Amino acid sequence: MFSYCTDPDTLDTVRWFSCFLTNGVHLSFYMSFLKVLVLLLVTAPVALAVGFAGAMATRATLPPLRWLGEGYIAIMRGVPDIAFFLFFVIALDQAFEWTRHQILCPDWTDPIRQGNDFLVCPDAKLPLGRAAEWVHQTYSFFLAVVTFAIVFGAFAANVLRGGMRAVPHAQLETAAAYGMSRRQTFWRILVPQMWIYALPGLSNLWLILIKATPLLFLLGIEDIVYWAREIGGTKTSKFTDYPHGDWRMWYFLFLLVFYLSFTRISEILLERLTVRLSHGQATTGGEALRKEAAA
Amino acid sequence: MKKLILTTAALALTAGMAMADTVRMGTEGAYPPYNFINDKGEVDGFERELGDELCKRAGLTCEWVKNDWDSIIPNLVSGNYDTIIAGMSITDERDEVIDFTQNYIPPTASSYVAASDGADLSGIVAAQTATIQAGYIAESGATLVEFATPEETIAAVRNGEADAVFADRDYLVPIVEESGGELMFVGDDVPLGGGVGMGLRESDGELRGKFDAAITSMKEDGTLNAMIKKWFGEDAAVYE
Repeated sequence: MFSYCTDPDTLDTVRWFSCFLTNGVHLSFYMSFLKVLVLLLVTAPVALAVGFAGAMATRATLPPLRWLGEGYIAIMRGVPDIAFFLFFVIALDQAFEWTRHQILCPDWTDPIRQGNDFLVCPDAKLPLGRAAEWVHQTYSFFLAVVTFAIVFGAFAANVLRGGMRAVPHAQLETAAAYGMSRRQTFWRILVPQMWIYALPGLSNLWLILIKATPLLFLLGIEDIVYWAREIGGTKTSKFTDYPHGDWRMWYFLFLLVFYLSFTRISEILLERLTVRLSHGQATTGGEALRKEAAA
Repeated sequence: MKKLILTTAALALTAGMAMADTVRMGTEGAYPPYNFINDKGEVDGFERELGDELCKRAGLTCEWVKNDWDSIIPNLVSGNYDTIIAGMSITDERDEVIDFTQNYIPPTASSYVAASDGADLSGIVAAQTATIQAGYIAESGATLVEFATPEETIAAVRNGEADAVFADRDYLVPIVEESGGELMFVGDDVPLGGGVGMGLRESDGELRGKFDAAITSMKEDGTLNAMIKKWFGEDAAVYE
């Protein structure tokens, strides 16, 4: 990074650290923070959408759709995250490749499963074997988003289902009395009001999601915990210009600060959102706001 | 005519792409001097240099991929990369699941390292999960504590959680040298495994043949021995 970094052994402490903290591995470490933030920002809305679909399914009048929704919620909430992350991602990847194989290589005669090996034709591989490394990275990132969305979607579905049930029944009856159809009642009366009831549960989920990001390394994505462990580990002078002892504690301390400040910021924003959503609601929060405005 | 030229161009292009099929080399990146992440954030070490040379000799384009040790075999067989080149000793158990090339490092010794001379080697011993060393300790009668990375096994000895760590001697040597007397070798060395080889899918016989031939040629012209000496020191075991 800096011109004086060529021989770190001769540097004083401040300069040594300025070189150390800007070398290649540290830049990867800083990039991984960005990676985690992007993942959270992408995953949260996707998971919410999956959850919303799941909650809608459980309210469906068609029994098979209802069973699908309920089955999804029950299974996903019951399976431990780590087992799911180890098994599901490989299965999902193989399902994609198997489908592509059936479409792209109809003439292929070799079996796909040979003992332990899973072999599809080269054109069906995802990503293609010849693809650049960033394509592979993006693909595993995509798998991570899908996996997180499915796991957290189930929890979100349950929270949203609770939120939908909590909307006062009188509201829905009034809508019916005004001649609204089931669909209109759902979208115009139920959905706008349910968020305030779902928000505490959703905010819990968001905080858990933030802390679940270290599971990323199971998916081959180098997240902040991976780099903290890698960079913080003992380095001997044979293999690096910046030898140091076991500094993992300091790196993990830094992660602790990061996670704590991130959750704190989230809490503040969620608190504001709660106030916003309480406006005009038939809840204690909404009542308090009304009185405040009147006074 | 124009169409014909376009078709030929397209054909030439696809053929070129098929030729450039890359071999993805899976490694752990946490086991110096075999493989580690250098200051630039790239895979480096003995196996990086060896792997690049083997690919050159076999006429392959290779790309390096990092993967956690725990899931390094499942990800190979499901096709996320094509080889494992991660200081993996050739054992019968692994050979049932994947195939190995001939070894590129002769069978080497594993050693105990402890914080004091009188450490109890039948007490608590740390080793990395799913290694031949962990298997050996489990059968030796000592209490085995497993860790996901080699780094953690060393840390366990430093903080007193384990009486000793059992690992490849080559990995331990630089750590003991730089510990300033805090850590030391104890007990006798134990020869384990059938040397270190590259792991490939059992169905990938063709690729294995190419790497085998490249390793043979490096053994014959002495470049492999020179490379071992460069990374593991003058005293390292080499091929005759």
